[in-house]
Amino acid sequence: MNLPAFLSPDRHADRVVPPSGFTARLTAFSAGAMAFLAVFALALSMASGRLADRWSTALAGTATIRISAPSTQMEAQVAAVLALLQTTPGIASARAIDAAEQQALLEPWFGPDLPVDTLPLPRLVELTETAEGYDSEGLRQRLAAEAPGAVLDDHTRWREPLAKAAARLRLLGLLSLVLIAGATGAMITLAANAALAANLPVIRVLRLVGAKDGYIVRAFVRRFTLRALGGAGLGTLLAMGGVALLPQVDEAGGFLTGLGFQGSGWLLPLVLPPLAALVAFAATRYAAFRTLKGLT
Amino acid sequence: MIVFENVAYNYGGGELLSEVTLKLAPGSFHFLTGPSGSGKTTLLKLAYAELRPTSGRVTLFDRDLRSLSRDDVAMARRRIGVVHQDCQFLDHLPLATNVLLPLTVANRPTDPRNLTDLLTWVGLGSLSDALPPQLSGGERQRAALARAIIMDPDVILADEPTGNLDWDMSLRLLTLLVELNRLGKTILIATHDLNLIRQAKAQVAARVLRIKNRRLQLAGADL
Ligand SMILES: Nc1ncnc2c1ncn2[C@@H]1O[C@H](COP(=O)(O)OP(=O)(O)OP(=O)(O)O)[C@@H](O)[C@H]1O
Ligand SMILES: [Mg+2]
Repeated sequence: MNLPAFLSPDRHADRVVPPSGFTARLTAFSAGAMAFLAVFALALSMASGRLADRWSTALAGTATIRISAPSTQMEAQVAAVLALLQTTPGIASARAIDAAEQQALLEPWFGPDLPVDTLPLPRLVELTETAEGYDSEGLRQRLAAEAPGAVLDDHTRWREPLAKAAARLRLLGLLSLVLIAGATGAMITLAANAALAANLPVIRVLRLVGAKDGYIVRAFVRRFTLRALGGAGLGTLLAMGGVALLPQVDEAGGFLTGLGFQGSGWLLPLVLPPLAALVAFAATRYAAFRTLKGLT
Repeated sequence: MIVFENVAYNYGGGELLSEVTLKLAPGSFHFLTGPSGSGKTTLLKLAYAELRPTSGRVTLFDRDLRSLSRDDVAMARRRIGVVHQDCQFLDHLPLATNVLLPLTVANRPTDPRNLTDLLTWVGLGSLSDALPPQLSGGERQRAALARAIIMDPDVILADEPTGNLDWDMSLRLLTLLVELNRLGKTILIATHDLNLIRQAKAQVAARVLRIKNRRLQLAGADL
């Protein structure tokens, strides 16, 4: 029996098994509650995934060393810093930013007429780290010893544990989704078993008058799958509404306002109801065939 | 149609049936008698595969029961109409739906005129909407017979079909079964009712089997 065949209406099989109102309603409720939770787990893992990505690309960037020294010592210190960086493990490349480039950097702030030469501006050395990264504390100490005017600004480094946490959070979100699917399957199996046990005399009679297993299984599978689909659909819509209504306070920045779906991400929760239906289909089918095995 | 070779059965206690050999040839008419508790119902259950023999071989329509898949068993049961001693209805469905059940589960079309005729014939024409628990014992037995024959089966197994019926209705059912036998159906009736057997023997070449001391024997003229 495949999914399309079972979806085709089989009113007879449905009528022959008495309505299992209570268990079926419990199934719909469980599927709905689980879908509701799943939407949030999904939102959480997607949002933390975005953060992890953003923060790690920022990390992959560069750091700068700012050198402030009397103009007489400036060139010497810049040279010392560059030499030092060359012997520092974990540094891929380093270069001093020259005056023209520095002027270009400052232009948006001070206008094009800035007399870079006459101002006591610090010089900047831009460095790129290797994949392994460098030991920033060690570098700081060596800079203090050899170029007292040099300050390491590794502003993006503080995000590293955050990026790790975000990646971990994404993993936890995905794990929750798996657990929710498992719990849904378990609950529907229990409900289906209860319905099957309650209908054992009916099933026995159906077998006696010549019903094939597939016919009987279909009646139960159809019922539970449709209930799970309906329940999960409602739960998903409610949860998506909840996510959509989260306040969008961009200036507060940060994590909480990022906890929505973005663009096509909104389509993702829509797979949850069919997924719940699939879980219900498999669970009920398994339970029904197992029950029938005990009957002749 | 249905063949038992050296069949034995026990429910877990002592052996209830031993060395049962039986051949229901096409078109044959058998009665099965024996004291209460001797295993008549058990033997019928073996014949429609609700039970499997503990030893020996049961053959349904030329196929060894052991070689039949679950679907094969379902298909075989569609060719065997059974009147169960305890009727076995779906109590939540009206009588008419119950009688049609073998057709429903086989996805076969149902002809409402046939159903009406059949129900009228067994005297239940006005009760087609009643739920089984609302019927009397005799009404349930007649409905069970209607359900057993609605599929036009090759074999009819009836377990005490007249147990709750008055003599007139018993005769009516017997006449129906004899009529079906003339149309070629194979019939096996388990019953205590010796009068019924005598009555049948006047109409049809019926053989009488008796369970005695766990064995199946052919009863002679000593009924
Ligand atoms: N499911 C069962 N488990 C254990 N013992 C059983 C079971 N069904 C029947 N028996 C026992 O097997 C014996 C035969 O039962 P069966 O129903 O075949 O008798 P029967 O000849 O049909 O009797 P009756 O004429 O009263 O209908 C009885 O002693 C009964 O108690
Ligand atoms: Mg009996």
